[in-house]
Amino acid sequence: MMPLDATILSPSRLALRRLRRDPSALAAIAVLALVTLACLAAGLYARHVAHTDPFTSDVAAAITLHGQLTDIMQPNDNPLHLGLTPIGPTWSVQYLLGSDPQGRDVAARLLYGGRNSLLISASASLLCIAMAAVVGILAGYFGGFVDAALSRMMDIMWAIPVYLFAISLSIVTVAQDLHLGPITIASDNLILPIVIIAIVYVPYAARPIRGRVLSLRHAEFVTVARSLGVREARILLRDILPNVAPTLIVLAPLVMALAMLAESALSFLSIGVQAPAASWGTIINDGQGLIYTRPMVAIAPGLAIVVTVLALNVLGDSLRDALDAREGDR
Amino acid sequence: MAGAFLRRLGQTVFVLFGISVLVFAVFFATPGADPSARIAGRGASPETLAAVRHEYGFDRSMPVQYAMLMKKLFITRDLASFVDRGERVIPEVLHAAPVTMSLVGGAAVIWVFASVLMGTLAAATRGSLLDRVLMIAGLIGISLPVFWLGEVVNLFTQSRLHHSWAFSWVPGLGYVPFSTSPIGWFKALVLPWCTLAVLFVGIYGRVLRADLVATMQEDFIRTARAKGLSPARVLLRHGLRTSMVTFVSLFGLDFAQLVGGGALLTEVVFGLQGVGRLTYQALANLDLPLVMATVMYSAVFVVLANALVDILYAVLDPRVRDGR
Amino acid sequence: MDAEAVLDVRDLRVGFGRGVDLVDGVSFSIAPREILGLVGESGSGKSLTSLAIMGLIPAPGRVGGQIGFRGTELLALSEAERRALRGRRIAMIFQDPMSALTPVYRIGWQIAEQIRAHLDLSRRPTETRVLDLLSAMGIADPRRVASAYPHQLSGGLRQRAMIAMALSCDPDLLIADEPTTALDVTVQAQILELILRLRDEFASAVLLITHDLGVVAQIADRVAVMYCGRIAERGPREAMFGAHARVHPYTAGLLGSIPRLHGPRVARLAAIPGSPPNAALRPPGCAFSPRCAHASARCDTPPPIVPLGDAHEIACILPAVAAEPDHV
Repeated sequence: MMPLDATILSPSRLALRRLRRDPSALAAIAVLALVTLACLAAGLYARHVAHTDPFTSDVAAAITLHGQLTDIMQPNDNPLHLGLTPIGPTWSVQYLLGSDPQGRDVAARLLYGGRNSLLISASASLLCIAMAAVVGILAGYFGGFVDAALSRMMDIMWAIPVYLFAISLSIVTVAQDLHLGPITIASDNLILPIVIIAIVYVPYAARPIRGRVLSLRHAEFVTVARSLGVREARILLRDILPNVAPTLIVLAPLVMALAMLAESALSFLSIGVQAPAASWGTIINDGQGLIYTRPMVAIAPGLAIVVTVLALNVLGDSLRDALDAREGDR
Repeated sequence: MAGAFLRRLGQTVFVLFGISVLVFAVFFATPGADPSARIAGRGASPETLAAVRHEYGFDRSMPVQYAMLMKKLFITRDLASFVDRGERVIPEVLHAAPVTMSLVGGAAVIWVFASVLMGTLAAATRGSLLDRVLMIAGLIGISLPVFWLGEVVNLFTQSRLHHSWAFSWVPGLGYVPFSTSPIGWFKALVLPWCTLAVLFVGIYGRVLRADLVATMQEDFIRTARAKGLSPARVLLRHGLRTSMVTFVSLFGLDFAQLVGGGALLTEVVFGLQGVGRLTYQALANLDLPLVMATVMYSAVFVVLANALVDILYAVLDPRVRDGR
Repeated sequence: MDAEAVLDVRDLRVGFGRGVDLVDGVSFSIAPREILGLVGESGSGKSLTSLAIMGLIPAPGRVGGQIGFRGTELLALSEAERRALRGRRIAMIFQDPMSALTPVYRIGWQIAEQIRAHLDLSRRPTETRVLDLLSAMGIADPRRVASAYPHQLSGGLRQRAMIAMALSCDPDLLIADEPTTALDVTVQAQILELILRLRDEFASAVLLITHDLGVVAQIADRVAVMYCGRIAERGPREAMFGAHARVHPYTAGLLGSIPRLHGPRVARLAAIPGSPPNAALRPPGCAFSPRCAHASARCDTPPPIVPLGDAHEIACILPAVAAEPDHV
């Protein structure tokens, strides 16, 4: 039993306080903030530190390293010196992590690519949860035929392996520009991977939302509001939505983690972000052919993905704990 | 029982129909683009375009187009790739299936054993350091992009550490059929198995732990203890056995999705000529009929596997069997 | 220590972590073949007492005092030694037979599991024993019940199967924690009758834990009333139920809140004022004093144990009150 003189906090305050005392949540937030800031500073880094244009291939470039003029593309180590291999990590300001096969600075591309990776996964997560919230709330609140129809639709979408579904949608849109009436969406528009990834994870996010709404629909305060003749739209907005919010908040970082992995996979398969733009997935793809000679090209963006996705998953877990405990207190 | 079975059958047929409509819509009815240009591939001649338009009935109504496509996929099975000199698609998919089966089957064995061990250990030592370490390891496992992990594995076992005693046995990338050499088959697949399993060990280990922790609070666990059973027996025969019901339903879904082409990235990285790699090659050429065929087949496979899982679920949980 | 008794609990204390003792110095004993009714509201500590006897208090629980079982001090035994007793010589049945049986195994398997854990019996005799036990519980078709899953049986049948399982190794003591609470009224009576009969057939003593004085009045030989982790009253059943019985004020309150089937009808059922016991808010003196109609300043010190004769004792400064409030 709670002592009567305990300070009574609103549920969201309580959750926030719990989150502030959770060291793993704080660490995750710090990591995410750091990654985001670094990627936002991509332009500064490229222009003022690395002095490079990360979007133009320049295989003839040369830099001054340890007082010597060094070619970016170097002859292979094989006895005949056939072919060229891009320079490896210099651990100095220019070409810190080496060069990719087109003579571009991997470190600078990593930061620019991170922008796209973060932008796509965050937008896809928000879009996905918004769509899933509509589906889940409609299905859970109205039940009956609406629920049956929406749930079957989700079943159908979920039966196609997520990555194959995303690949199908991507290949169709990558093949040609889309002409929607007066609007033309170019096949390299970032909107495409965002929308595609959002769509394929809707069933994943809609299920828990529907479950939550289902339990709310039979809650006393909703029954009371109904019997008082409150309009359905008002009940949905005032009673259901605020109580579904914790579920949406927990889902956001988890879906973003999935979206980031999906984006990197699509870009790795060359049907996500299109050249010359970069994302962490495309850089791994660039480094695939160099994996034995210049492994850093693929390893660095992979590590960036792992660290970011791990931080998102940790944050999602902590959010779930912080918000679930609230339900237990009631 | 019979009624439930028929209802399940009806549901399965409905979902199959829904999937075929969805796939048709994605490939042929996406607004804003000419489907025949997509089928024919990049830079196709006007003659090819006209041939495609006629063959797929793009000059006719949508339902007719849908029917013609289904006929090509499932009845005459002569869906042909225009990019790849008219090679038949369906036999190619069937030819690649054993490779995918070998990959996914082996990975599944690893991930079931490893995750049961991990989840049970963590639940048994709840709140301990071991529990925390295992759960963080699981979280890292689900945060790794599988294609990147595969490349890192290759980097070490094929190149950097290939000449050390630990990895000198690793063969070059590629698949060795079981009928050619069982040992070669095993050697070629053991690293891909582990790589593919990592993600699922993480997911299943964490799910099982949570489920087991909840189960161990149940009344029947208290009864089992009151019977004088050993703690290990209470945990395994009563706790774990009951938690396995959730585990198996999850397993069925993931296994089916992987066999149906979800293992694509692992196949690509390890150079295994499975269904997924077929899709990958089709991607490179923008060969839509091939992609469409693999997607359709995998979805059909997933739906059928789901129906199978439901049966298995009923075997495992007597309450489900009786429709309660 | 009472060597005659099957169970001799002295000054039992149970608490969790740094919290107050939820069971605070409870003592009682049970003679062979005796049925002791341990009565109290939820939160009185009666279920914790039973779990402490079983050795099933979960971490971070602590158990103090003495629990003598047939002359052996249970709290001095190792976990392995206690496990050998558990289910073999001390068995327990629980309130809700639906959730207390593992849902994925057949009834017969679950009973056989307990037999195999303790007795060196091969498969055939075990099977026979399971069926014998089930028919001893008055089950007409033991084969069907043995091959059924818990959810396929009615509540009454499940509780009979549960009792059969508890008695499968001929225990000296059967602890029954609210064995009839989850059942229909008619089934309740049948199960109580069964327990009464089995006490003779299986020669087990029974610790019957319940919140229902009506149940105790039907089958208990002796009664102990718990309030807020302490024994308020203990004595033979006859001394507490009857027209001229004098009891602890709390017991009087409990008696007043059960509807009477016989005799003159009470105008309205009395309820004990105030909230049910909460060990954390226990006052320094008599735990019941905040709700007691007879409380006075003297109740601020721990009450003495007052013998009323015939092994009947109450923990109260009053010389007991009449059991039937409508006669007061």
